[in-house]
Amino acid sequence: MEISDNITVMRLGKVTGNVAAKNTNARELANMMVGREVVLRVEKSAKKPGKVAVEVDNLWVKDNRNLDAVRGISFKIRKGEVLGVAGVAGNGQTELVEALTGLRKIEKGKYIYNGEDVTKKTVRELRERNIGHIPEDRYKYAMVKEYPNYYNLILGKHYKEPFAKNGFLNHKVINKNAEILIKRFDVRPPDGTIPTGNLSGGNQQKVVIAREVSFNPEFIVIAQPTRGLDVGAIEYVHKEILNLREKDVAVLLVSMELEEVLSLSDRIIVMYEGEIMGEVKPDEVTIEELGLMMAGHRIEDIKLEEKLAHGGDPIEK
Amino acid sequence: MKNKLSKNAMNILVPVTSVIIALFIAGIVILLIGKNPLSAYWVMLKGAFGNKAALAANISKMMSLVLTGLAVGFGFRAGIFNIGAEGQLMMGAIFSTIVGLNLGGVSPVFAIPITMLAGILGGAFWASIAGYLKATTGAHEVITTIMLNWIAVYLTNYFVAGPLAVGQGVPKSPEIAQSAQLPPLMTVQATTLPSGIIVSIIAAILVYILLEKTTTGYELKAVGFNPYAAEAGAISLSKNIVLTMAISGALAGLAGSMEVMAIHHRIFGDFSGGKGFDGISIALIGQNNPIGIIFAAFLISSLRTGSNAMQFAKVPDDIVTIIQGIIIFLVAADRIVRTFILKFSSPKGGESK
Repeated sequence: MEISDNITVMRLGKVTGNVAAKNTNARELANMMVGREVVLRVEKSAKKPGKVAVEVDNLWVKDNRNLDAVRGISFKIRKGEVLGVAGVAGNGQTELVEALTGLRKIEKGKYIYNGEDVTKKTVRELRERNIGHIPEDRYKYAMVKEYPNYYNLILGKHYKEPFAKNGFLNHKVINKNAEILIKRFDVRPPDGTIPTGNLSGGNQQKVVIAREVSFNPEFIVIAQPTRGLDVGAIEYVHKEILNLREKDVAVLLVSMELEEVLSLSDRIIVMYEGEIMGEVKPDEVTIEELGLMMAGHRIEDIKLEEKLAHGGDPIEK
Repeated sequence: MKNKLSKNAMNILVPVTSVIIALFIAGIVILLIGKNPLSAYWVMLKGAFGNKAALAANISKMMSLVLTGLAVGFGFRAGIFNIGAEGQLMMGAIFSTIVGLNLGGVSPVFAIPITMLAGILGGAFWASIAGYLKATTGAHEVITTIMLNWIAVYLTNYFVAGPLAVGQGVPKSPEIAQSAQLPPLMTVQATTLPSGIIVSIIAAILVYILLEKTTTGYELKAVGFNPYAAEAGAISLSKNIVLTMAISGALAGLAGSMEVMAIHHRIFGDFSGGKGFDGISIALIGQNNPIGIIFAAFLISSLRTGSNAMQFAKVPDDIVTIIQGIIIFLVAADRIVRTFILKFSSPKGGESK
């Protein structure tokens, strides 16, 4: 919008609009792209979170190079609460997500889930306890792209009833499951037999979300849920995340999109070099403060500087 | 992906077209050495299917090729490159022979399954070593299985020259007990039609069911396609690597077992004769599909059997190696053949997507 003079919007292979950049706004463009009213920023209801579901205490995790990526972070998530994790990419968020879902070893610290110590549990043991996961790299971690949708829609619970019995897959139930989920989550084209890799990015993400939601999680780790998606799909994903919150699921939302974290989270922690720079409420923080925290300033220091600035003292930077 | 031809039709058309192209190119080679390709192929055809003896010889070659093809193809499906079918086949043969030698007074009802099981376990054990090393240390299975092949070769040589040696001339073991031998389905002159072919076909069907109908198959294929997603989907990589290797080795071991129980009744030096390596070609031609592998094994065994007859017509049997090489090249680089088929099948031509 800043660069163009005129903007042409295409949808489903047809031009839907042609406007001068100075006469339009993001909302209008989004509506033209999707073909209906789009809510760019979803409204979440006021909600009192329940009791603590997840408790992480002094967590240390290493990255692939064997360096400390997560360095002693602690937080709690209550049922029906979305905890946002903001930060510049590569500050330990990926490793944190992998540690909480059992994909990466926790070096030190405690990971308590519903009162149980699950620090050393495997992916399967965590999934058995209804911990869901929407990975940041859906193409690599969330789906087997060669598998048809009906198979990807059961990945993670494929070995359990009703999908399998005595080691044999129950294709009848698996197909029925796909049929129901594809309809409910509006996956297009609505065909369970198509390899998931052939779908568009938004529809792939719908398949992943459909699966994780259908597993009825009590705690779900969601990373970069809208990366590479179009506005219509983003709106959809945001609504699903808030639906989970309504259903009293504890949600950890990691995203590089500040706007996304701000609009969906009840509380936000900002990570920098594996540490938490501060915990804030989305309606009590400014973009500038978040930006400073993402650059490695602690919230206490920022608040202090602000106070000094208002008091008339010069700011030292 | 909106082709006129379905994926299944393509999976059959690609190998079939490859065979036709290979025969055509090899025909040119035969022409260049001054022979008539049509008559050479006719002799080959007669040599492979011409009479009952030819067919019996053909099928006894096919028997273990189906199994080694399944061994390699099964590994491929789970993302494992098992080059060790050769060694696993020999270990299966050694195990079967040792057990079969000691089942003299036992009824065939028990002796046959026990001897078979010994071969299966021998192959599975040998392959599991490579699987275990990959799962725990990350040692690549191509390297370890090749090393294990050589160990198996020398172990066979040791057994037939040492503890199991019998008779004069070629180092060989004694014959296994009569009760542990698989009776032939039919005997034509000096050639027998081994009943082991039934075991091979059943094995192919079981592998098909395992891959397509069970949670184990679901997990193995997921690991083969995308280990990262599999792991995130609560599938243990190390467990499945070892399991894949064990099943793959079990199939190769069964091949060794069948060679002992149904054909040779003993082991000797150079027992396998490359059947394990042929499994790689067969898995490729059969597109790693258990049913496809049955046909691929039959194709290779027919070429081999026919090539013997072709030699009598003064056409060197190296032609068969050329044919096989071209088929594998075309099947492996299947995009060439796919494009070719699509151009051929679309009336306008030139439609390649």
